[in-house]
Amino acid sequence: MSKMITIYINGKEYKVEPGQTIMQAADTLGYKIPRLCYHPKLSIEGACRVCIVEVEGQRNFVASCAFPVSDGMKIKTNTAELRRARRDIVELIVDNHPMDCHVCERDGNCELQRLASSMGIRARHFAGERKRYDKDLSGDAVIRDPEKCILCGRCVRMCSEIQQVHNLTQSHRGFNTVVTPAYDLPMAESVCTACGQCINVCPTAAFLEKNYTQELFEQLNDPDTIKVAQFAPSVRAAIGEAFGIPAGANMEGQLIAALRKLGFDYVFDTQFAADLTIMEEASEFLERVQSKGKLPMITSCSSAWMKCLEQFYPDLIDNVSTCKSPMSMQGAMTKTYFAQKMGIDPKKICSVAAMCCTAKKYEAARPELMFDGMRGVDIVVTTREIAWMIKSAGIDFVNIKPEQPDHPLGLSSGAGAIFGTTGGVMEAAIRTAYELYTGQTLVDIEVESVRGLKGIKEGSLTMDGQEIRVAVAHGLGNACKLLETVRQDPGRYHFIEIMGCPGGCVGGGGQPYAAINTIPLDDEALKKRAQALYDLDRGKTIRRSHDNPDIQKLYKEFLQHPLSSVSHKYLHTHYKAKLPVGIVPKEAKQIEVKP
Amino acid sequence: MTELAQDKMAVLHEFIAEAAAKEYAESYLIAVLHKAQELFGYLPRQVMDEVAEALQIPTAHIWGVATFYHYFNLEPIGKHVISVCMGTACYVKGATKILDVLKKELGVQIGQTTEDRLFTLQEARCLGACGIAPVIMIDDKIYGELDAKKTVEVINQIRKAEGDGQK
Repeated sequence: MSKMITIYINGKEYKVEPGQTIMQAADTLGYKIPRLCYHPKLSIEGACRVCIVEVEGQRNFVASCAFPVSDGMKIKTNTAELRRARRDIVELIVDNHPMDCHVCERDGNCELQRLASSMGIRARHFAGERKRYDKDLSGDAVIRDPEKCILCGRCVRMCSEIQQVHNLTQSHRGFNTVVTPAYDLPMAESVCTACGQCINVCPTAAFLEKNYTQELFEQLNDPDTIKVAQFAPSVRAAIGEAFGIPAGANMEGQLIAALRKLGFDYVFDTQFAADLTIMEEASEFLERVQSKGKLPMITSCSSAWMKCLEQFYPDLIDNVSTCKSPMSMQGAMTKTYFAQKMGIDPKKICSVAAMCCTAKKYEAARPELMFDGMRGVDIVVTTREIAWMIKSAGIDFVNIKPEQPDHPLGLSSGAGAIFGTTGGVMEAAIRTAYELYTGQTLVDIEVESVRGLKGIKEGSLTMDGQEIRVAVAHGLGNACKLLETVRQDPGRYHFIEIMGCPGGCVGGGGQPYAAINTIPLDDEALKKRAQALYDLDRGKTIRRSHDNPDIQKLYKEFLQHPLSSVSHKYLHTHYKAKLPVGIVPKEAKQIEVKP
Repeated sequence: MTELAQDKMAVLHEFIAEAAAKEYAESYLIAVLHKAQELFGYLPRQVMDEVAEALQIPTAHIWGVATFYHYFNLEPIGKHVISVCMGTACYVKGATKILDVLKKELGVQIGQTTEDRLFTLQEARCLGACGIAPVIMIDDKIYGELDAKKTVEVINQIRKAEGDGQK
């Protein structure tokens, strides 16, 4: 342990570890210095100056997020002068903000609002010219509202440092500074992967998901449509937070009950299709292993990752599984198998997915995923949107009596549940692939090496004497690092799982906003959400996808067997390179893009 | 791309290759953009794309830099660049009036180029010719002790010279 140093905060003496910033030291001592542009997972920007403190011997106030502690340092965090300066800083930010809080989507969930309140801003002293921009509604999933932007730069750092998509920049200068994609392009024409992490870290409403709640309410009130819902594993693990329930509560039963009360005729579970995905994906993997096909095989469930692949890693497209995502498989089975079984015209079905993800909105609209001239999923709403709808419809979510999903697309194994967290798809696939390959049941089904929040995880297992090496990455930045390894050493792994968001789907771009006094994408919250899914898995008698009786029935009655021609028609697809103009990794340039 | 533009691009790529071989290659971005503007007169999107690829710097980042510095032109500029000095001395001596006259005479705002591509109007901080304020600079020539009438005369002289040249 390094030698502790002495600092004084507001006259009180403390021993702290050297090498930290004033803010980090103060955090451990119970002083929560106000902050705005700071995020623990991102680089220090020091842009907002909200976290200023007084340090004896310094001519000016210093930004505590960027200023290191030193031995004997005397710090003041709450003098009258500091309070006034901080209040003025926030007031100046607020002055250049629409202040339309009561009609804003983030009303009640806004960091700027909370900050202004805690600074004691009760009047506007600096009212002057305010920036004016049109909203950018071009994207299928993520929209921009630059008037709400306070230029903290968190989205830019998230997009480049954690996700490594580098779509956003602070362009132009001074009063005209605005966060945009390159060339001020609309989001739809940019390299945005629709992961929605900019929304997660935005303190205001400058980034939002494209909202489909009104369309959905209209559909739910249409007596001629059959309303069918599905919801992702991670939605149940996080939606409670939108209702003030601490992170980590599994609200599956409550969510099913609430969806029925909203007006859905059938409530299915995306976890069922996660089991189906495993059947197809594990079979595809084994086929590649046995027939010496392209390896490593890379998972294809994450919509943001798929766009990232098409743009930046087109040379690896053949490595990616042809399986559609669980959401799209569920949509396809809803409009074919289920519709036929019930004697319903699939065109009358409104297929709705409640997702932890913003990119699923983009995915649902992809023409590559259509079949019989239909979309598998008609409307995608995020966890946030569905939580809002439940509140708006006056449903008592917290006290509601839990219910069970409908058959035949609702029953799921434990393997389906863990799909929502990083490493979960790999673990679920191993459980099934092992048995399909060796004919023996894998006894130790909890694969610890692929669990947890480490950026890139590796593991291996032996199937009939053959070593299978696997790797898992979450967050597109980690994915990029892992894929660079694959480019350099293609033989290193056999099977790779990639999830586009930090922590996997539990940290998706559509999850509830961070509650008061919590940080967006806080590791502890992500772990609790993941734990809720691992507990769900442990509580189930059926923990392997191929043991799910409804999956077995689906193959018997409709799909025949994994990778059958019916499966290929409805459950598989192919992706094409979509090279962006501008920066493209050199390896990718060799790919010819067919128009 | 025209043949001429291709030649220019080749020169730019040579410059980039030199920069890319150095330590902290990414820090040469501004120098590379300067070179690009020297060659093309402004920063066309296609050029920024090429720079992004050659230096392996994300396009968004290049856009952030290119839009931050006033020096970089994002639109094609006119044959003659007029810089109106807005420094203290010129300002006191009526620089805003000169600027207004130019805006009216040329029919453009600051940063814009006339339809005939002859003039681009810009603002400048102090041009260091305070003794003959108010001044404007056209290309690399200073015109001092201006008033509205003299300013229009200067413009008309250039127009005439350009017109004669074409005949």
